[in-house]
Amino acid sequence: MQVTRHWREFSSHYRLEGSRCTDCETVAFPPRDVCRECGSTDTEGYELDGGGEIRSYTEVTSPPTGHEDQTPYYLAMVELDEGPIVTGQLTDTEVDGFEPAIGARVELVVRRIKEQGEDGLILYAYKFRPAL
Amino acid sequence: MRDVSIVGVGTTPVDKHWESSMRELGVRAINEALLDAGVGRDEVDSLYVGNMLSGKVVDQENVGALMADFADLGHVPATKVEAACASGGAALQAGVKGVMSGLEDLTVVLGVEKLTDVCQCEVNEGLAYAADQEFETFHGATFVSLNAMATRLYMEEFDVDHEDLLRFSVNAHRNGANNPDAMFQSEIDLETAMDSPEVADPLKLFDVTPICDGAAAVVLAPSERADEYPETPVEVSGIGNAVDSVGLHDREAFVEMAATVEAAEQAYDMAAMSPGDVDVIELHDAFTVMSAMGLEDMGFVEKGEAPAAAREGRIAVDGDLPATTMGGLKARGHPVGATGVYQAVEIVEQLRREAGANQVPGAETGIAQNIGGTGSNVTVTILERGD
Repeated sequence: MQVTRHWREFSSHYRLEGSRCTDCETVAFPPRDVCRECGSTDTEGYELDGGGEIRSYTEVTSPPTGHEDQTPYYLAMVELDEGPIVTGQLTDTEVDGFEPAIGARVELVVRRIKEQGEDGLILYAYKFRPAL
Repeated sequence: MRDVSIVGVGTTPVDKHWESSMRELGVRAINEALLDAGVGRDEVDSLYVGNMLSGKVVDQENVGALMADFADLGHVPATKVEAACASGGAALQAGVKGVMSGLEDLTVVLGVEKLTDVCQCEVNEGLAYAADQEFETFHGATFVSLNAMATRLYMEEFDVDHEDLLRFSVNAHRNGANNPDAMFQSEIDLETAMDSPEVADPLKLFDVTPICDGAAAVVLAPSERADEYPETPVEVSGIGNAVDSVGLHDREAFVEMAATVEAAEQAYDMAAMSPGDVDVIELHDAFTVMSAMGLEDMGFVEKGEAPAAAREGRIAVDGDLPATTMGGLKARGHPVGATGVYQAVEIVEQLRREAGANQVPGAETGIAQNIGGTGSNVTVTILERGD
């Protein structure tokens, strides 16, 4: 992955910045230039809070290239409090009493996602941990 | 618009073809289809090639030209059609539209996929190209893990026993055992499927499809001229294609594939048919949950009732909803961009009454559902015996 390709996603990958339609106020993540709800092109950046509930999850044991050193890991679809559902990894799941489950509360953290080999980029983005 | 018929079919067996290249597999299927139709290479007006991962696996694009070149089809228009795992179905429908329009008279549709020229991790990476790269794959999602999450939601919503999903796999293997083109020609029992290792919770090995190579081709002609060819023609009575969000997380519903519902509606409307008129059902069973949803979304059973239909034996060749009759993606195999064309060939075999031990008695009509991504691009095609 080129630096530019990662750099241009910083706002969404680091801050969970989606978009909000200024006509119907629908919030989207990932950000969209055309509102899915009303078709308006008047959208603006909108930072999501990062709190939500697990909608579904699985455990990845055969990872894509670059994710090997964190395997196995939980992958989840998290329904954010503002409405959008986002796909991301669960992390810090070793806390007492936490079992991934549909409906479990989670919150945003920014963590290392993958490394592109010894001389490559180290890529960071959002993950979700059990709500504290 | 003209009616269009399939007048010739050809396939290679589905397998790990270590000895054959992508172009060899493709040319073999084209040759067999032309022979079956009894037509010469110089009669072909155009070529459509369904393929997903030639760039990733064999570093080759411009596959339309490559296949036309090595099949010696001359200077015909030839294009690759890509719609992830639905590339085959999409290529078939592109070819049908070509003949339907009157612009082309004799068209070859090829589906070809060579996956085994790279290691499994690279194939998995390629298959995940069908998902959202920035907002699914980047975060460690694989194609299998996305479908695992979809499976969990379906099982939760309808309180499904995993056994009942795996019955789709058992049925596919039973049918594959009688298909000489199938990758797995052996039956499995439910216990074997249930005891198979977990690949991504809750998915087990027998919920998912193998990595393999293969090529399938059909020859299309206007129905008004279909009796000029030696074999019983099979008419393409209905085609439908619809898309949905690429990201699984952006779907309006997780237990229903809106793209299948919409594509099936288009196909039924065009064919002036309803589910009750269909004799053979080829489901895109890349994952067992896709079989269940496909049966429901195309209107054969109510939402949530497909697992019960499998349990009651209704999906068997001698049941009232014969599904994946030649082994499906699970046992015949899933050479991704070729799958949609294999499905069409298998329905043609059923309607020509050439399906051997898997013959659905008196089959007159068949439906094929081909899913791209986790449900983001779906084709539904209805075929009807043309005599």
